Amino acid sequence: MFVIYCPYCEEHREEEEFHASGQAHLARPLDPDNCTDKEWGDFLYFRKNPRGLHQELWQHTAGCRKFFNITRDTVSYKILETYKVGESPKVNLEDASHG
Amino acid sequence: MVNFVKGRFVQNYRLPSGGRINRNKVLTFRYNNRYYKGYEGDTLASALLANGVDIVGRSFKYSRARGIMCAGVEEPNAIMQVGATEATQIPNVRATEQSLYDGLVCSSVKGFPSVRFDFMSLVGRVAGGAMGPGFYYKTFMFPAFMWETYEKFIRKAAGLGRSSRERDPDTYDHMHQHVDVMVVGGGASGLMAALSAARAGARVIIADEQSEMGGALLHHYKEIDNMPALDWVQQVCDELDANENVQRFTRSVVTGLHDHNFLTINERRTHHLGDAAPQGMTRERIHKVRASSVVLATGAHERPLVFGNNDLPGCMQCSAVSQYIRRYAVMPGTSLVVMTANDSGYQCAFDWFDVGREVVAIVDTRANPDGDVFVQAKERGIEVITGSAVIEARGGERVRKAVVAAINDKGTFVTGEPTELLCDTIASSGGWSPAVHLSCHTGSRPVWNDDIFGFVPGETPENNIAAGRVSGAQTLSDCLREGIKAGADAAASCATLHGQASSDSLSTPKVVDVKQGAAMAMYLVPHTKTPTRAPKQFVDMQNDVTAAALQVSTREGFESIEHVKRYTAMGFGTDQGKTGNVNGMAIVAKTLGQTIAQTGTTVFRPNYTPVTFGAVAGSNKGALFDPKRFTPMHKWHVEHGAKFENVGQWKRAWYFPREGERMQDTLNRECVATRASVGILDASTLGKIDIQGKDAREFLGRVYTNAWAKLEPGRCRYGLMCGEDGMVMDDGVTSCLAENHFLMTTTTGGAASVLSWLELYHQTEWPEMDVYFNSVTDHWATMTISGPNSRALLAKVCSDIDLDKDAFKFMDWRAGTVAGAPARVYRISFTGELSYEINVPAHYGLHVWEALFEHGREFDLTPYGTESMHVLRAEKGFVIVGQDTDGSITPIDMDHAWAVANNKPFSYIGKRGMAREDCLRPNRKQLVGLETVDPNTVLPEGAQAVRNPAQSIPMTMVGHVTSSYYSANVGRSIAMAVIRDGLNRMGESVFFPLADGSVVEAKICNTNWVDPDGARHKS
Amino acid sequence: MIKNALQHQENWQRMWRNPKPKAHYDFIVVGGGGHGLATAYYLAKVHNQSSVAVIEKGWLGGGNTGRNTTIVRSNYLWDEAAHLYEHAMKLWEGLSQDLNYNVMFSQRGVMNLGHNLQDMRDIERRVNANRLNGIDGEVLDAQQCKEIVPIMDCSGSTRYPVLGASWQPRAGVARHDAVAWGYARGADQLGVDIIQQCEVTDILIEDGAAVGVDTRQHGQIKAGRIGCVAAGNSGVLAGMAGFELPIESHPLQAFVSEPIKPILDTVVMSNAVHGYMSQSDKGDLVIGAGIDGYVGYGQRGSYPVIEHTVHAIMELFPIVSRVRMNRQWGGIVDTTPDACPILSATPVENLFFNCGWGTGGFKATPGSGHVFADLLAKGKPNKLAEAFTMFRFYDGALIDEHGAAGVAH
Repeated sequence: MFVIYCPYCEEHREEEEFHASGQAHLARPLDPDNCTDKEWGDFLYFRKNPRGLHQELWQHTAGCRKFFNITRDTVSYKILETYKVGESPKVNLEDASHG
Repeated sequence: MVNFVKGRFVQNYRLPSGGRINRNKVLTFRYNNRYYKGYEGDTLASALLANGVDIVGRSFKYSRARGIMCAGVEEPNAIMQVGATEATQIPNVRATEQSLYDGLVCSSVKGFPSVRFDFMSLVGRVAGGAMGPGFYYKTFMFPAFMWETYEKFIRKAAGLGRSSRERDPDTYDHMHQHVDVMVVGGGASGLMAALSAARAGARVIIADEQSEMGGALLHHYKEIDNMPALDWVQQVCDELDANENVQRFTRSVVTGLHDHNFLTINERRTHHLGDAAPQGMTRERIHKVRASSVVLATGAHERPLVFGNNDLPGCMQCSAVSQYIRRYAVMPGTSLVVMTANDSGYQCAFDWFDVGREVVAIVDTRANPDGDVFVQAKERGIEVITGSAVIEARGGERVRKAVVAAINDKGTFVTGEPTELLCDTIASSGGWSPAVHLSCHTGSRPVWNDDIFGFVPGETPENNIAAGRVSGAQTLSDCLREGIKAGADAAASCATLHGQASSDSLSTPKVVDVKQGAAMAMYLVPHTKTPTRAPKQFVDMQNDVTAAALQVSTREGFESIEHVKRYTAMGFGTDQGKTGNVNGMAIVAKTLGQTIAQTGTTVFRPNYTPVTFGAVAGSNKGALFDPKRFTPMHKWHVEHGAKFENVGQWKRAWYFPREGERMQDTLNRECVATRASVGILDASTLGKIDIQGKDAREFLGRVYTNAWAKLEPGRCRYGLMCGEDGMVMDDGVTSCLAENHFLMTTTTGGAASVLSWLELYHQTEWPEMDVYFNSVTDHWATMTISGPNSRALLAKVCSDIDLDKDAFKFMDWRAGTVAGAPARVYRISFTGELSYEINVPAHYGLHVWEALFEHGREFDLTPYGTESMHVLRAEKGFVIVGQDTDGSITPIDMDHAWAVANNKPFSYIGKRGMAREDCLRPNRKQLVGLETVDPNTVLPEGAQAVRNPAQSIPMTMVGHVTSSYYSANVGRSIAMAVIRDGLNRMGESVFFPLADGSVVEAKICNTNWVDPDGARHKS
Repeated sequence: MIKNALQHQENWQRMWRNPKPKAHYDFIVVGGGGHGLATAYYLAKVHNQSSVAVIEKGWLGGGNTGRNTTIVRSNYLWDEAAHLYEHAMKLWEGLSQDLNYNVMFSQRGVMNLGHNLQDMRDIERRVNANRLNGIDGEVLDAQQCKEIVPIMDCSGSTRYPVLGASWQPRAGVARHDAVAWGYARGADQLGVDIIQQCEVTDILIEDGAAVGVDTRQHGQIKAGRIGCVAAGNSGVLAGMAGFELPIESHPLQAFVSEPIKPILDTVVMSNAVHGYMSQSDKGDLVIGAGIDGYVGYGQRGSYPVIEHTVHAIMELFPIVSRVRMNRQWGGIVDTTPDACPILSATPVENLFFNCGWGTGGFKATPGSGHVFADLLAKGKPNKLAEAFTMFRFYDGALIDEHGAAGVAH
């Protein structure tokens, strides 16, 4: 079970207080009506699924109710950073690689 | 072996003095229906040995007699069924882990008719040759229909103990712990680590599986700092106990080390006291520990050597022999042969000799052992046979002889003539396997270490620190020193420490180490015959896996250790391969011509030792399985005989049966009474979200399909919510409380997810919008009165709202006072009748409800529950999201195009999704009404529709019934269904072939059965 | 077997060879789990292909095939899924004989419980659909559930009482490792080269068509057609070929008890209380959990998921309280947005993917292999496969099996 630093509450809390909400930084197309079915399908369904570093969206559901981002290694489960919505991550995803 | 003197069993194998047992407390226990005695401080295993019981079970496959081999958690054979009553039965108790208590009742788990005389052993002897590894994959297939008959017999023979058939009388609980340093293991290294960390100012937990701290020191008579080791242990424990930031757990196994240093500790609180826990105590506790840093001081398990008939009762680990003699004052036998590939194996011979019993010989596989122990053996006059091995044990069901032969210096073949030594106990030591298990739980692979011929922990994601025997330390000084450093390093790695640092530094305690000779790598002892022809050489006792089986498997092509393990079941027993796995890996490696390191290792997974299910569940069972949510009027419903249904976590009144009514009678009465006069529904469970902000209106327009721009304060509107895929997700009436203030309602089940949905979009997509959300579901009690007399009833309890039909129109809401409570009253209708939804702050709910009943008597106010609510809304064709929809229906499919405002400037959530190719194609399932041709036939909900019932199977189905009722108000059955192209096929028949073989015909129709013009709710 | 006993087990044949890869194969199957091995087997057996290789980065059957809870059933809701799983079921029914290897397929029935009124509506709907699709199924009430599973608490006094269940009598369990080994042996005997310990590091593409793979241990191997059957690692392979899949790889956890005498003769599944249980022939209670919500390749998940599952098992089977949990482990399940698989051509010619089985993979093994072999051999999908194209996620024709998939998400 992870321990996660909520960047809003500014403390480490247990994973049970949070809800994993999928890939982070999914930008809703600004002009949906002019997206093709393929473009809309990409937005709806196609996700990065890296074996390695991943940027994830989590919500502190049993706490402050804020969404925030986590850079985490999907193999070792190590959390490299958590950062608020709107902030830039400090970890470069290309830095690490996994076999 | 068992001694029977003058009609009473005596502990013939108990030494007259010594041991950490309390001879003043004599305990009586029953094993296989005979009574025996032991002492407080015994384990069940030591007590059985004291009484000369040597056969404790029969093996799984070959039904061979098995005896006690070890003294700790790594024991594979002494598996017992424990429990004096049916309710307190525990299967598969390891006798070496079970503290003896008075009245303990146990039996061996295998052996028919008894463990001493077992029929299956004859089968094993005859058929054992055919029962090689994986034999069941190669047979039992023909004829095909017989597999399940074969399977019945296999299943009956399998399994060890049996589960109780009654409920567990005991309770279990959990505690949460947050520490700086978690020390696993209370031996020399662990105690030093805990002390070192505590002195550095850390908050510490140290846990050990044994009944007392000390680990291997409990059976070694060493001196530490010039005092007996156990006195030294006591001193350390005293200092730890005096520190308020240290917790010390005994009888506690750390079963899992999970991500980010989260650990589970299984504390066995009452296993030593009796079958069931004493009054007021939980039987076991799981500590859930979050640690900043973890020290693994888990020690090592001794590997016995693999040789012919090494499973005979009387074959044991060397260290187990020492433990029984030193710790429990028990002799496991009368005459001993020791076989060892290292110095540590000599200790048990000295222990045996020093209590005056016969040591026949020490057989050292090394040609030239040169450690101090070799000299000490000579000083005692014990014969040491070097460069040799016990290649076979002989005996019927107990060791009677050891066959000894000279071997070459690599230990790969026999070089001399075998001779026999008479003995009844053979203790062997092949080396020590560090207990690396916890280090693997988060994916780290252990690393082979050629200095100790064992795996040591690899690098873990959390940089756990290994100290002592587990990391390969070989002397007591090294263990102590590593422990001190580990504790200090662990404390230093914490960002903050929660205790007080002490000024006392910790120096390594003084110990006299002996000169150690080099160990030899030995796993499988050679025999004059090959493994397939020699007497069986067991690697895994519990699953009867022999060296021959491993060789055969690799020859069959199972070259990965993972394949071999799965094919032979090596390591899959309840001992999880603690004594066998490394021997097995060595044998496979040799067969493949590789090193052990190349063969790899399995990664251990939780649990280190098995954990009671009841403990994992803790108190979250029965009434505490899941919270129950009650409305403020719940008490009234109970008192008035309501039946309840679970809707999510809520208890909702389902219907209110009167004396003598069947359910359908109740529903008919409730529905008729509501349309005839007035009914009342507790609707408090629906989700309510308060939404405020300058941009609230625009926000609603983006999350709902319909338009909100012009909804004025005081007005309500039905809102339809879709996902980005265009599918209906949730719905509810949302009202405008003020220009920048709205109250959204959701379905009962959708409340939590809708709130998160709104928050998601606001925080991650449109953070520039000025809008705030608060869940107010529990703040309000909601009761809806429906029916032609609802206005009249409301007037009795509310005098400050103008209820005139033109002053308070349909879809208006008004603030006022109802039965003295501040209220919001919404003129919305889910029944199609004139209807008022009264909302008051929750704590007024029951009062207002009761006031309505008092004034409602003259109108025959009828309470109704969710079932009638379902019927009444169906009579109007109103949809229930989650029942009439399943996530694959768009608003258009649902015949709600009127709720979709595509002219809104913003591309609201769902708009683009609904426009995808598959959503626009013809022949989609559409929501329609159904009327059965026979008006009294009620279609089952979930019935599948076909256009042609005469077609053969598989039939082409065109939809299904989503809601179906008998409607007393309409006078016939009604149903709603999704049918392909339904909206274009009004009047057509569809057919429902039911499970009983009958076919029901129904015609597609509109859903608006009652008051289609809508006069009633607008009246 | 007797002959071998008398020869001291010394003369068994190898189950499969350990060949070095050739420079070229007509068909390469990437992924040596149950599905990949079955695919290769049927390519050789049904389509008479003699130039087939399976390339597996670890040891065969070492991924999800060796880690699942062994349940086999075909009682899915939507026609497309139901037909595909039922196709697999029919293959299961003759598999041991076909492979001459006992996969220990035990048709002891699967019971999916309903705990509230909507569960029961959904059960009715699904069982009716099964029945009209020719798949065995009945709806049981609580009393009938109790008769089949005496140790289950159907008393009505639990927090979420059992109201009834769907029952598929032909469903059951099989021995997972045996399926991989049986297909591997069968494929090998038909000339398929199974290359273990060989990791694909790149998919070689020329002019928009796949022409082979590059491997860490054996360099380049050329191919006519490539089928990727790599479950949780499918996304990694797709990345090599330059496209994304609508897949997320999540941990799926399971655990077993210590072996005990038989107490459960069937399989019981409950979505509502989140857990499912059967008892193996060795006596272990085999218990499965729902997926963890995050992407994870660590073959492990979070402890609270295990806890919640044990809560569920204790609610249904209170007598197991004093039985102990032995081992726990996890797999990596490739989940799709509609809980249905992808059996599909891809944007790259000659490259096909079979993945996205999520929590439904093991039960589909023979059917998946059989249908994918057909797709590879012919280059276009047959009736069973055509709905499962990856492009359904663009036009919107999803087949939402989350309910019937039977595991909490």
